[in-house]
Amino acid sequence: MRQVGRTFPGPSPVEAFKPSDMKIEQGEYVSIVGPSGSGKSTLLHLLGLLDRPTTGHYLLDGIDTGELSDNARAGMRGSRIGFVFQSFHLLHHRSVLENVEIAQIYNRMPRKERRERAINALERVGLGHRLKFTPRTLSGGERQRVAVARALVTEPSLLLADEPTGNLDTEMSRDIMAVFDDLHHSGLTLAVITHDLDVSQRAERQVRIIDGTLHNS
Amino acid sequence: MSELTPPVRDRSVVQVPKLSMRDLLEEMVSGLLGRPGRLVLTALGTVLGITALVSTLGLAKTAGNQIVSRFDELSETRIVVSPSDNGFGGQDATSSIPWDAELRVARLNGVVAAGTKSDVDVSGALSRSVPVVDPLGINEHQISVIATSGGLLNAVRGDIRTGRYFDNGHSDRADPVVVLGPAAAQRLNIFRLDTQPAIFIGEQSFTVLGIIDDVAREPDLLNAIVMPDGTAREFFALQAPAEVHIDAAVGATSLLANERMTMTVGGTESNMLQIALTPDDPESLRTQASQGYTAVRQDVEGDVNALFVVLGAVSLLVGGLGIANVTLVSVLERTPEIGLRRALGAARRHIAAQFLLESTVTGLLGGIIGASVGVLTIVAVSAVRDWTPVLEGYLPFAAVGLGAVIGLIAGTYPALRAARTEPIAALRSS
Repeated sequence: MRQVGRTFPGPSPVEAFKPSDMKIEQGEYVSIVGPSGSGKSTLLHLLGLLDRPTTGHYLLDGIDTGELSDNARAGMRGSRIGFVFQSFHLLHHRSVLENVEIAQIYNRMPRKERRERAINALERVGLGHRLKFTPRTLSGGERQRVAVARALVTEPSLLLADEPTGNLDTEMSRDIMAVFDDLHHSGLTLAVITHDLDVSQRAERQVRIIDGTLHNS
Repeated sequence: MSELTPPVRDRSVVQVPKLSMRDLLEEMVSGLLGRPGRLVLTALGTVLGITALVSTLGLAKTAGNQIVSRFDELSETRIVVSPSDNGFGGQDATSSIPWDAELRVARLNGVVAAGTKSDVDVSGALSRSVPVVDPLGINEHQISVIATSGGLLNAVRGDIRTGRYFDNGHSDRADPVVVLGPAAAQRLNIFRLDTQPAIFIGEQSFTVLGIIDDVAREPDLLNAIVMPDGTAREFFALQAPAEVHIDAAVGATSLLANERMTMTVGGTESNMLQIALTPDDPESLRTQASQGYTAVRQDVEGDVNALFVVLGAVSLLVGGLGIANVTLVSVLERTPEIGLRRALGAARRHIAAQFLLESTVTGLLGGIIGASVGVLTIVAVSAVRDWTPVLEGYLPFAAVGLGAVIGLIAGTYPALRAARTEPIAALRSS
C-alpha cells in the first residue's frame, strides 16, 4: 500500500484512514490491532477490495487495483482474497461441503476439481468428518473453521480475517489460532484484524492503528 | 493434513468472475429448496391467478360450446322459404308458393317435416270466447291469426298440450277449427277442451281443436290463433302461403338450400326447394338457412370471455404483486448472503441473475400447478354439469409461460435491488 487513504465525503468529511504505507510480504502473518473506531474496518475493506481508497495505490500481487473495473475487482476477490468474518456468514441450509464449494463457483474452477479441493480444505482445518453436516449442528468454533476452509479453498494470495475470534470463547479461539498458525507455516499470507491482544501476539508482526494512523511495530 | 495442489493460475492476470449456467441453476434450486415453505407461499398467488384464468377461460369455452351446440342443432336444420322481395315488390305481391307446398317439399330427401305459415289479415276483427258481443269489450282481444298447413307444428318442433293439431283434411274442407297458442288460450280463458269450446273471430265461430304447449322455432305461434290454410282462405281470403318452414335432417340443409348443389335450370342456379315449389319460376322464392344464430353465439361467448378474462387478469396481478413482495422481503433478509457472495467474487449481474431466476422459476412452478388445477377444475365442473369439456390446446402451455413471465417481471425490481447491495453494508449487518 502506497500512501493509501480513505476519506468519507460529506458536509464534514471524515478521514477514516490517513494516507499510510504498508507492505505485507508473501507468506507473512500480520495482525492489525486497534481500539474500535480506529479505522480497522476501513482498512479491512480497502485490503479486501470491498472499498476503493480515495488516495494512493493498493497493489495486490503487483497489480494496481485502483485501475480495475468493478467486475475485475470482484474477480480479484474471488480468486486472490479469502475472507473470514466475525459472524461466519455461512449459508444455513447448505451442507458444510457446499458452503466451501460455493467459494469456487464464481472463479472458473473446473467442477470436478471443486469437491476434491473443498474436502482438502476441510481436512486442513480438521473438519473432514463433518462434510454432510449443516452449520446449525456445529459449534461456533467448527463454524468458524468451515469459514476458514471456505476462505482458503481458492488458494488466495491473502487471507483476511476480521475479528475471527470475536464470537468464540477462549478455547475455541485457541483452536482457530492454531489453524491460522498451521496455515502460516504452510506458506499462506495472513492478515488478522483484531482487538484481542492474545490473538495479535500469535502473529509474526503487529501493526497498530490508532485514530486512522498506522504504526508499524 | 494434506497439502493442496499448487495454484495453477497465472497470478499476473486479472480474471473477470464467471458463473456457469449450471452453477447458476444449482444455486437457484438450492435457494428455492432451502426455504420450501416460503416457496409454496410465494407460488400460491400465481397458482390462484393461473387457476382462475385457465378454468374461467376453459369454462367460458365449454359453456359457450354448450350454447353453440344447442343453437347449432336448431339453426343448422332450419330452412325458411319465402317469396323474393325483388321483382314486384312489397307485401302486396301475391306469393308464388303453392297451397300444396307441404306435400311438394315433404317428398324431398332430407326433409324431416315441412309446413306453410302465413299471417292472416282479419281486418281488425277482435277475438272472444263468448258468443255475446260485450259492449264494454272486456272480453274481446286483438289476437293475431296465423294460418298453417297440418305439418307446420312438426316443422317448428312444437308440442300440443291438450287436444290435437289440425290436419290437411281440415284445410281441404275449410273446417272452422283453430288451435290456440298457450298465451292466446290464456287470454281467451280456454284451458280445457272437454267442453268443446269455441271462439269467435269477428262474427265467425271456430271450434278449438287443441292448445299448443311450446315451439322451438317461430315463437309468434305461442301468442296466436292458428287455423288451417284452407280455413283462412275461405273466411279471410288468404291469397297464398307466405312462408314454408322446413325441419331438415342434420347435414341435409346445404343439400336442400345451396344453389350449387343442383343442376342449372334455364340458365339460372336454383336449389332443390325452389325447383320443387315453383318449377316454372324458381327465382321467385328466397331460401334462408342457418341465419342469425351464429352471431348470437359469438356474442354470448364474447361477453362471457371478456368478464372471465378480467377476473383472471386481476387475480394474476395480485399473484404477481405477491411474488414481487415476497422476493423483495427475501432479498432484504438475505442481504448477508448477497454480501458473502459478492466477497466470494460474484459480480453484480450474478446476484441479479440468481434472484431473477428464482422468482421466474417460482412463477413457472405456480403456472404449472395453476394450469393443472385449472384444467382439473374444468373437467370436474363439466363432469358435474354433464358438459363436454372444451379447452384451447395452447391454453395450459400459454398459462405456464404466463406464470414464468409474471415471475420474471415481479422479480426484476427485487433482483436489481439485490445487485445494488454494497458488500460492506451487507456483511456488517449481523
